[in-house]
Amino acid sequence: MLRTFRIGGIHPPENKLSAGKKITALAAPKQVIIPLSQHIGAPAQAVVKKGDLVKVGTLLAKAGGFVSANIHSSVSGKVNKIDNALDASGYKRPAVFIDVEGDDWEESIDRSETLVKECTLSSKEIIDKIAAAGIVGMGGATFPTQVKLLPPPGNKADILIINAVECEPYLTADHSLMMEKGEEILVGVSILMKAANVNKAVIGIENNKPDAIAHMTKLAASYQGIEVMPLKVKYPQGGEKQLIDAVTSRQVKSGALPISVGAIVQNVGTVFAVYQAVQKNKPLFERVVTVTGKAVANPSNFLVRIGTPINVLIEAAGGIPENTGKIIGGGPMMGKALISPEVPVGKGSSGVLLLTKEESVRKPMHDCIRCAKCVNVCPMGLNPAFLMRSTVYKNWEMAEADHIQDCIECGSCSFTCPANRPLLDQIRVGKSKVMGIIRSRKS
Amino acid sequence: MMILIAIISLGVIGIIGALLLYWASKKFEVHEDPRIGQVQSVLPGANCGGCGYPGCAGFAGACVKADSLEGMLCPVGGAPVMAKIATILGKEAAAAEPKVAVVRCNGTCQARPKTNKYDGVKSCAIASALYGGETGCTFGCLGYGDCVKACNFDAIHINPETGLPEVDEDKCTACGACAKACPKNVIELRKKGPKSRRIFVSCVNKDKGAVARKACANACIGCGKCAKECPFEAITVENNVAYIDYTKCRMCRKCVAVCPTGAIHELNFPPRKEAAPAAPKSAADVQPVASATKAPVAETKNEVVPQATEVKEETKK
Amino acid sequence: MENSLYVSPSPHIHSGDSISKNMYGVLIALIPAFLVSLYYFGLGALIVTLISVVSCVLFEYLIQKFLMKKEPTICDGSAILTGVLLAFNLPSNLPFWIIMIGALAAIGIGKMTFGGLGNNIFNPALVGRVFLLISFPAQMTTWPLVDATSAFPLTYTDAQTGATVLSLLNEGVAELPSHMDLLAGCRGGSLGEVSAIALLLGFAYMLWKKIITWHVPVTIIVTVFAFTGIMHLVNPAEYASPFIHVLSGGLMLGAIFMATDYVTSPMTKKGQILYAVGIGLLTAIIRLFGSYPEGMSFAILIMNALTPLINAYVKPKHFGEK
Repeated sequence: MLRTFRIGGIHPPENKLSAGKKITALAAPKQVIIPLSQHIGAPAQAVVKKGDLVKVGTLLAKAGGFVSANIHSSVSGKVNKIDNALDASGYKRPAVFIDVEGDDWEESIDRSETLVKECTLSSKEIIDKIAAAGIVGMGGATFPTQVKLLPPPGNKADILIINAVECEPYLTADHSLMMEKGEEILVGVSILMKAANVNKAVIGIENNKPDAIAHMTKLAASYQGIEVMPLKVKYPQGGEKQLIDAVTSRQVKSGALPISVGAIVQNVGTVFAVYQAVQKNKPLFERVVTVTGKAVANPSNFLVRIGTPINVLIEAAGGIPENTGKIIGGGPMMGKALISPEVPVGKGSSGVLLLTKEESVRKPMHDCIRCAKCVNVCPMGLNPAFLMRSTVYKNWEMAEADHIQDCIECGSCSFTCPANRPLLDQIRVGKSKVMGIIRSRKS
Repeated sequence: MMILIAIISLGVIGIIGALLLYWASKKFEVHEDPRIGQVQSVLPGANCGGCGYPGCAGFAGACVKADSLEGMLCPVGGAPVMAKIATILGKEAAAAEPKVAVVRCNGTCQARPKTNKYDGVKSCAIASALYGGETGCTFGCLGYGDCVKACNFDAIHINPETGLPEVDEDKCTACGACAKACPKNVIELRKKGPKSRRIFVSCVNKDKGAVARKACANACIGCGKCAKECPFEAITVENNVAYIDYTKCRMCRKCVAVCPTGAIHELNFPPRKEAAPAAPKSAADVQPVASATKAPVAETKNEVVPQATEVKEETKK
Repeated sequence: MENSLYVSPSPHIHSGDSISKNMYGVLIALIPAFLVSLYYFGLGALIVTLISVVSCVLFEYLIQKFLMKKEPTICDGSAILTGVLLAFNLPSNLPFWIIMIGALAAIGIGKMTFGGLGNNIFNPALVGRVFLLISFPAQMTTWPLVDATSAFPLTYTDAQTGATVLSLLNEGVAELPSHMDLLAGCRGGSLGEVSAIALLLGFAYMLWKKIITWHVPVTIIVTVFAFTGIMHLVNPAEYASPFIHVLSGGLMLGAIFMATDYVTSPMTKKGQILYAVGIGLLTAIIRLFGSYPEGMSFAILIMNALTPLINAYVKPKHFGEK
């Protein structure tokens, strides 16, 4: 009996069209747009100005606070301007525009493919290196990694969980990374274990990737304390709290951090970035992105420089299909619909999904028939139908009493609703409202 | 006999119940200042919260408690209601200026071309949490009518032709519910002005001039001509957008005449005798012509000015 | 190209489930019971069902179109389902005008006064049935005699009448049909309730299609079985065996198809079990101690009224909660 999380969950069609495709490295485009807010927290502060010459890996912007991250150049060339640009958030925010000239890397970066296993650095040195490299959670949450590794006083981690679940339909970036960079990932896990001072790590992989499970299990045999755990397929297993429940049967309480149950969760893409940062001195400026969709000619996994406009990726996968109705940054469950294909790839972009016009349009909604399917699928044990009602009627006390602030915005409720009710749309509004009320009460 | 017993027993039960109720009403009586009830009875009872207190009862309580009525205003009832409250409480009623809600966006369907289609719930709160909006302007009105839903007085409606909300000045009580509901902060409460005459900048776009102009033909491009023209220093330009301070504005209308994009609106003024287009409505009408002639979007502010004024003069002739 | 991109909040895919899919799923699950009723009651069953369905759909259409002035939604299948369930709760020799009154009560009073599907407090089909049961007690409690040998009898209002198992019990008659007859449906009663096997087949189908969960039906049956079983052990002479109670009357039909109605049953598992225990207890109490031989309809309606209260107080198990 395979393990999985215990409350709710759904089984959307997997549609892993690009599974098994080799990772192809894309050349740098003519111009990159590197946003200064690619992470949760304060935007980074630019340290370059118009006309500056930069190399691949040059620091462009310094972290703007404790919860923030450094940003490095992904190309070599000249800074064209620092201006507002439309990014995946749907708003115009500051970004650095760089005109590409050649491909000149910073000398400190080790560009060889050789595996470096030895790591003699101390925990603090590792964390400093991670912070310097600007690494953030690459599963999509984009939370700065070094912050996660520094537990608040009084807490002690005893297990490191590697999120290789990739429960979003369509996406295969993490899967392909495991198949090709397995050894590097395992070294990265050992480094993170040292940094977080734990001696046990579990790599959670869903059972729909048997090749990755076999490959990683074989490799992990020679690393101490690392175990590969196959998990039963169920969305949203990649949610932090759900994954901890699935792997350890510990449930993080409402409002608490994973560290409160002794767990640290890192995405497998993040682990690879940690390996590169610590062993190869390579800051985070490129990542694997899946470009996929039923109408896409050539669904692929690309290694992309951050800041590359998404239409460059789509061209490489065979161009924009005729009847494209929606372009999504990320997976279909939690990804964001993009306004234009000129939006650049960010640190958290795990995929680009193109939906056809027919797939894009929502069906008309109907009155709630209280079938309770949303209640059955909610992985947080909430009642989405009631939360939506509380939000629509602005009954914030009731919404808070029903734990609206615990919603992880996985979208299972809206996915399931037979009446096509926009449950998550409304809950999101209610959640931010209630969180604001809670914050103002605390201060 | 049976009847007698029934009557007596029921009567006794009734008397015991009455005594209990009497005792309870004495024992658990809540002392409340009777003036609160009196004040509440003269309030409109809309519970709109425009005064800043939770409903009319809360406002009444606050009025009774307060030392003076200064700064206390029921926006719905206005000065007459405040005068009544003042007589009840024996305090001075502070004079407050009447205000009205003003929509500071003129990004009509024609002026602001759509760049994408929104397919979510028709709610400004949800759409603005998701992204900048259906047009190139990420600051302006979204047009899904959260303000209309928030209004308790049926005073604001979306005009289907422009896609923008319009305020019914006679019904508007300046309670501020629409301004609070607007996630883009497009709606502002402004002084109603003598004879309801008002001048304001109908744009909140903070993008640079060229970007704003590209997104919307009616946008304020932050050129600063109005600020230079204003004899009373009522106009400030910050973040590429002009703002008229209504406490300083003397309604000379010079700024309206110099605005190259027609972003400054004047309301309820008599038609002008000479120079510049008269009513704000026609200023809005001019813009589609400007975009129809496909005037190239000017790169610098200096170029924009002659072009747009040219068009205006054309229509005037 | 760029102009036509859609933007909406996540999620961007949908399961494809819809209200009409669920409604038609329940209708499919009712087919076995309908076939059995055709076998035993023949033409009468067909006529009653047809009249009930047609008048329910018609009343829904007329009310939505002319009274509520909105787009009629008769295609979602909920009116058809109400019609079939109402017919299944009626004797197969009921005159057509009584059926139409029942349909009007079901759709008009039971559903549309509250605002249509999703807003009603009571199960519409049961509102119709109880309305008829109180208004026309004589016609509603005479049932055509059934005979295992006569397949598809061509009788309607001219059928010979007899009594149901439960009214036999209520009158204290000892001769009852065998368990086998009760399972197969060879007994008097409303047209859809006679065969326990056919209804259980429908239950299995709905479980397979994930239209309903097991909680409500199983809890009701277990509760009734336990309560009547205890009473039977205490006094076998007065109280019939629990098997008779579970298999006879509208219990199966009610537990599987009526009590599980989405709109009028609680949303959480805990709430559903509470609700089902309430239905089971009330049914058994009305059957054993009340003057009506059948208590299922009343029990469901009473618990329907308590559903909003259960929904308000019984919350789902929250993540991270012990």
